[in-house]
Amino acid sequence: MSLLDVNNVTKAFGSLVAVRNVSLSIEPGELRAIIGPNGAGKTTFFNLISGLFPPTEGTISFDGTDVTQLPPQRRVVLGMARTFQITEIFPELSIAENVRIGVEVAGGYRLRPWIRKAENAAIQERVAEILELTQLAAKAGRTVGELSHGDQRAAEISMALTLKPRILLLDEPTAGMGDQETYEVTALIKRLHREGYTIALIEHDMRVVFNLADRILVLDQGSPLAQGTPQEISTNEAVQAAYLGKTA
Amino acid sequence: MKLRPDIVGISLILVLAPFWLPLVHGYEALGTRVLVLGLAAMSLNFLLGFTGVLSFGHAAYFGLGAYGCGFALKYLAPSTPLAILCGMLLGTIAGALLGALIVRRRGVYFAMVTIAFGQVFYFIAFRWNTLTGGDDGLRGFSRQPIDLGFTTINIADNLTALYYFVLVCFAIAVGLMGLLLRSPFGRTLLAIRENERRARFLGLPIEQHIWLSFVISCAFMSMAGALYALLNNFADPKGLHYTQSGDFVIMAVLGGMRSFWGPLLGAAVFVVLQDSLSSMTTNWQSWIGVMFVIVVLFFPRGLLGFLRRKSQA
Repeated sequence: MSLLDVNNVTKAFGSLVAVRNVSLSIEPGELRAIIGPNGAGKTTFFNLISGLFPPTEGTISFDGTDVTQLPPQRRVVLGMARTFQITEIFPELSIAENVRIGVEVAGGYRLRPWIRKAENAAIQERVAEILELTQLAAKAGRTVGELSHGDQRAAEISMALTLKPRILLLDEPTAGMGDQETYEVTALIKRLHREGYTIALIEHDMRVVFNLADRILVLDQGSPLAQGTPQEISTNEAVQAAYLGKTA
Repeated sequence: MKLRPDIVGISLILVLAPFWLPLVHGYEALGTRVLVLGLAAMSLNFLLGFTGVLSFGHAAYFGLGAYGCGFALKYLAPSTPLAILCGMLLGTIAGALLGALIVRRRGVYFAMVTIAFGQVFYFIAFRWNTLTGGDDGLRGFSRQPIDLGFTTINIADNLTALYYFVLVCFAIAVGLMGLLLRSPFGRTLLAIRENERRARFLGLPIEQHIWLSFVISCAFMSMAGALYALLNNFADPKGLHYTQSGDFVIMAVLGGMRSFWGPLLGAAVFVVLQDSLSSMTTNWQSWIGVMFVIVVLFFPRGLLGFLRRKSQA
C-alpha cells in the first residue's frame, strides 16, 4: 500500500476549476516532483494534500487513514509536514528558537508552563541533531529574519523536520533563489532523501527536478498530463508540447 | 539561576521608591498608581506584545476586578486578600467566557469585538444603580489591614505599607508572567505572534492557545483592577470604559510592546505626565497624545526599545 493516496481530486473555486481529477500515489522513501506551467494548479493541489482546504470531489488517504476532511494540524500529527512557496518562519526569533518551538510542540510540551532539566537537555539535543542535518548548526543563534533566502528555507525545512514527518511536502523550495542557494537547497533535499525521508515537491526549476526526482507528475491547466520517471517525462511528446517546448 | 541585571535594577528602583520619590517631588500614592497601572499595561501586553493579539476592551477586566474587589469588601467580608481574589475571579471568569466567543476573530475584527463586549460591562456598571452605584461609582468600602497571624500590616492608613503590599502583588504577578513567557507554553505564544500559519502547520491548535493567553491576561488585568479599587477605596465605571482600554494600549506602545518591561515604563511616563500636566492644564491628554504620536513615528519599538538601542550603540 502506498503512503499517500490521492484519488481523483477536483477543486473548484466557484466556476474556476483549479484542479481536475488528479490522482497520485507516493511510496515510502520516494521523492516525487510535481511540475507544470504557471497556473497549472500545483499549489492548489498541494494545499489539498496538506489540508488548507478540502477538495470539491475525490479522496485523500495517508497511510490508510482517510484525511480528506481533516484540518492541517490534524494531518501534521499523522506525519504530514509542509513548507511554503513564501517561506513561513518565525522571523524575529533565532534559528535555534524556531526549531526548538517545533521540537517542544512535537514532544507534547505545548501547554507546559515549566520545563525539567532532563527534558530541556533532550530538547536541546534534538534541536542540535536537526540543525546538524540541515547544516545550520553554525548559525543557530542568528535571527532568522536576517538570514539569506537559502538559509531561511533550510530553517523552514528544519522546522518541518521537528515533526518527525513521514512525508515532507515542499512547495517550490528553490523559488526566487540564485544558483548558489538553489544548489545548497537541492543538496539538502538530496541528503534528506538519502536519510530515508519521503518527499513530495513542487518545482519550477527543471534542473532541480530532473536532478532530484524519482518520479514526476506533470499538471497542465489543472489536469494531469503525464506521470513517470524523469527519463520518460523528458521524452514525452505531450509534455514537450505543453511545457518543455515553451521553456526549452 | 543567573542574576539578570534588568531585574536587579528594576527591583532596586521599585523597592527604594518610597525613599527617592520625595526627592523628586513624588509621593507614595503616585508610585502605587504606577505599579497598578504598570501591572495592567504589562498584562495587556502579555496578549498584545507576546501573542500578537490586540484587545481594545481590556479595561472591562480591569473594571470587573475593581468592582469584584469592592463588592467583596462591601457585601461579603472585610478581608483584603479575599477581595483581591473575588476581583480576579470575576474578571477571569468573564474573560474566559467572552474569550471563547472571540478567539476565532483576527486583527481589527478581534479588536472591535473586544470593544463591544467591554462596553457591555461599562453600561451594566453605569446603569445598575442599586448594585454598582451607577455613574457615581461604587463607594462604601475600604481596604482592610492584612493579618499575617504574628503581625498586622496596616495598609488601611499607612501609605508606605500600602505601596509595599502592592509591590509584592506586582512582583508575584509579573514574576509569573515572566516565567510563563520563558516556558514551552510561552514560546507557543511567540510562535503565534510571529507566524500563525507556520504555528498551525507545526500542529498547534491556535485558538486554544490564544484563548489561554487571553484568560491569563485578563486574570492579571483584574488583579490590577482590584488593587486599583483598594488604592482608591472606590470603583469607577470609567475604569471599564473603552477610553481606559485605549490608555492601557497607549502605555504599552509608549513604553515598547516588544519588551517585557516596556509597558511599566510607559505607565510610569503616562501617570507622571498626567499627574504633573493635569495640575497645569485641563488639556493634559493632548500632550500625551502628541508624545504618543512622536513615539509611534520615530521610535516604533517604544521608549524602552529606543533606550536599549542607544545603550548598545
